[in-house]
Amino acid sequence: MPIHDQGYRHYAGQRARHGRAWWVIARAGVLERLRERRFLALLLFAWSPFVVRAVQAYLASTFPQASFLAPDVQTFRAFLDQQRVFVFFVTIYAGSGLIANDLRANALQLYLSRPITRVEYIAGKLLTLLIFLVAVTWLPAVLLVVLQVMFTGDTVFVTSHPYLIPAITLACALQVCVAACAMLAVSSLSRSRRFVAMLYAGIVLFTAAMDQALRLITGSRAWAWVSPQDTLAVLIDATFGMSTEPAVPVLVAVVLVAALIAVSIAVLARRVRAVEVVA
Amino acid sequence: MERVSVSYGRHAALRDVTAEFPPGAVGLLGPNGAGKSTLIKTLLGLLPPGSGRMRVLGHDVRDAPLAIRARVGYMPESDAHIPGMNAVTFVGYCGELSGLPRADAMQRAHEVLFYVGLGEARYRNVETYSTGMKQRIKLAQALVHDPDLLFLDEPTNGMDPKGRDEMLALVRDIATNKGINLILSSHLLPDVEFACEHVVVIDKGAVATQGPIAALKGTTGRVFELRVKEGGEAGGARFADLLRAEGIECHGDDSEVMRVFVPESRGSQLLFQLAARHGVQVRHLRPSVPTLEDVFARAVGEKDGGA
Repeated sequence: MPIHDQGYRHYAGQRARHGRAWWVIARAGVLERLRERRFLALLLFAWSPFVVRAVQAYLASTFPQASFLAPDVQTFRAFLDQQRVFVFFVTIYAGSGLIANDLRANALQLYLSRPITRVEYIAGKLLTLLIFLVAVTWLPAVLLVVLQVMFTGDTVFVTSHPYLIPAITLACALQVCVAACAMLAVSSLSRSRRFVAMLYAGIVLFTAAMDQALRLITGSRAWAWVSPQDTLAVLIDATFGMSTEPAVPVLVAVVLVAALIAVSIAVLARRVRAVEVVA
Repeated sequence: MERVSVSYGRHAALRDVTAEFPPGAVGLLGPNGAGKSTLIKTLLGLLPPGSGRMRVLGHDVRDAPLAIRARVGYMPESDAHIPGMNAVTFVGYCGELSGLPRADAMQRAHEVLFYVGLGEARYRNVETYSTGMKQRIKLAQALVHDPDLLFLDEPTNGMDPKGRDEMLALVRDIATNKGINLILSSHLLPDVEFACEHVVVIDKGAVATQGPIAALKGTTGRVFELRVKEGGEAGGARFADLLRAEGIECHGDDSEVMRVFVPESRGSQLLFQLAARHGVQVRHLRPSVPTLEDVFARAVGEKDGGA
């Protein structure tokens, strides 16, 4: 008699209640990506500005001659601006295949024939990307604040800038949500991960180039609304209380960003289906 | 299912379908494009019906699709897998998605992969699998959470004869020895006849006939294989028309051998009498047994064409 029969047996254990599949999907997505060395290298490289800023904070707090390097709110705003390029690459690397690969492998019908709603599926995929984007934006920014407190040995910096951490959190939330929603929507448009990557990069780079060209031609900064990145920058500036005149009114930027997210959700609602109906 | 209709745009895929799937193995039989896959997807709640009511495992499909999907397994017709995973990770992941705890899902993934015959290949990436192996792993992912009901959509598609036999043996074992109800969708009559006790024949989006296979086969009276000499006053095709005119059911095939259904009360003499009356030579007459093919041919109306 075998010690353990490797045949089919009925399952007598407990089953989880509906509604936790989004976490299963996100966890699997994160673990799959972390198995790739190239992606790990990209994540590590994305932390290089953090190292530079940490050294800057250390020098400023340790050597009086370097006090001109002391970080302020502007430093953190500039840090998040530097991270934009890593947000771009991480979004493309980790996000382009999230739905496109499932479409290529006909996996949607496997997901949605289980006790999973489309919202849970999208939430799981979105969370996968959000985790990586937060890891290269919010996490290093907040760690910088913590390091600043540790290097100076007091909490004066935090108490004198009480809105800094909320501003970092809001700015990062805007940055990662827009990038993740847009990428997920683009990823649902094709079965090819490479095509999705090129399409997303094309949209981001083309709109930025359009913005720059129109600015040069017209001499007006008002064309920032053409580029989602520059529109987002207006909102992030406002979040950090930057005193510079915004390229477009903040309210307009809010509407544009909300519209971009709404369009992304609409695309996902249309494309994420177990059955592709061609009427 | 009661009067269920499903449309893709203006194309009606299911028209007023009323069917009952009793416990055990039920075959869903029909030609390509008949609406079998649409029916399964509708029962899973993946396609909303335009009208009608459906209940699966006691739940209304409109009201409780998640409760239904937690208790059913679905093996789709087309190749489907989660990219980038090996077999055991893939099947375990599917178990987790169906609500199993992670450790239990992995343990069951190993067991189910052995059961479907992929035990030795369970650490290989699914994308490297052959067509037959992909069919098996689709069955494994449908079984991993121990469903009460399995939907198998063309499970033997693309398999070689040996693999096909093994798959059908698995399907029959699941239904008979493991106590799992299943609906086997196929256009292959022998597959359904081998694995199922009941059949629902569907054609052009409507149910053509349904019931226990034995009962459906038993209603056909006595069956003969008949071949007559071509030419003369009445050729084979024409003789078939003459038989039909006499109220005798007759199906032809490519080999010119007709299957003739003579009422129980009348024997082969009737055929000889008719042949003699119309000057046709009977070259081959052999008693046969009713098959599912006869049921299918009658149900989908091939008899009208006589070919």
